[in-house]
Amino acid sequence: MSTEARAGTFPAVDWEGGAFPYRVGHRKLGMWLFIVSDSLTFSALLIGYSYLRASNVWPTPFPFYPSIVFSSVMTFCLLSSSLTMVFGVSASSKGDKAKARKWILLTIVFGVAFIVLHLIEWQHLIHDGLQPFYLPEHWVQAFTENGVPPTPLFGATFFAITGLHMFHVATGAIYLSVIAGRIKKLKHEDVEISGLYWHFVDLVWMFVFPLIYIMSVDMGGRLGH
Amino acid sequence: MSEHAAHAEEHFAGSNRLFISIWVWLLVLTLLEIFLAYRPMALHFMLTILLGLSLIKAALIMAYFMHLKFERLSLILTLIPALVVCILLLLVFFPDSFRSSGLRYQYKEAPPVAPPPVEEP
Repeated sequence: MSTEARAGTFPAVDWEGGAFPYRVGHRKLGMWLFIVSDSLTFSALLIGYSYLRASNVWPTPFPFYPSIVFSSVMTFCLLSSSLTMVFGVSASSKGDKAKARKWILLTIVFGVAFIVLHLIEWQHLIHDGLQPFYLPEHWVQAFTENGVPPTPLFGATFFAITGLHMFHVATGAIYLSVIAGRIKKLKHEDVEISGLYWHFVDLVWMFVFPLIYIMSVDMGGRLGH
Repeated sequence: MSEHAAHAEEHFAGSNRLFISIWVWLLVLTLLEIFLAYRPMALHFMLTILLGLSLIKAALIMAYFMHLKFERLSLILTLIPALVVCILLLLVFFPDSFRSSGLRYQYKEAPPVAPPPVEEP
């Protein structure tokens, strides 16, 4: 008890226990460190994907409908889910747990909507014939440049990156539902920490959406869309 | 112990109006990106603009939604520079992709494609 009483007075004893050097507590710091490490995982995947794009003939097959429309609605869903999550954390900070639970449930609804739309998007592409290591025949015809056919790795990078992100959204939805269910027994800090994870998921999508979808728009109408 | 509990329960800085305005900005930047998708421009130009917009969106989310702007500076300095340095290390190999693009095998005919998926009745 005495170290904690002294903690505010001597800056040098920040690290001797009983103090909060970053003023956030160990669980929140742990979540921040996890977010930094997970950002590096996604950075590695996205930079690897960029490397492949720069060194290969790459198909750009996404039509406005359904691909860009769906992915834009998905972006709207995730951004709105971040907003509702922030409202939930704000309500929790004021002690209003019932309201916080409602906002968190709305966040989960937006997250599930994202997953459903994404799976429908995947279905469109798989139905077209896209597989992780093969391109559909008509894509190979449409995107061959100077006799060099497009690399079949489009599917691998697409499914890996969006699949890993979708996994994070699904895990986040489960995590949030546990928080929403147990909110009466949890501290405000725990709600804030779950909010951090959810915003991280949204943040990753801010990079995945332009790099994967916008950069692969079918500009010249080469697939006859 | 009580002063630390007070820190944990302090009001989440930022009003609802601030959060809604950040959300509107994020939507506006997203619509701008979608609009730019259909403007013909050089690839590296498009990429720079898109990455710039994404970084702005990421900064808005981190600063306001994730509350980082209102945290202690020591937390920001611990997290962000390490992340930036590691990403720069990943990017060091990027110019190699331009060298290797010149090494691609020039096919005389297209490589085999997968058989079409079997239609379920």
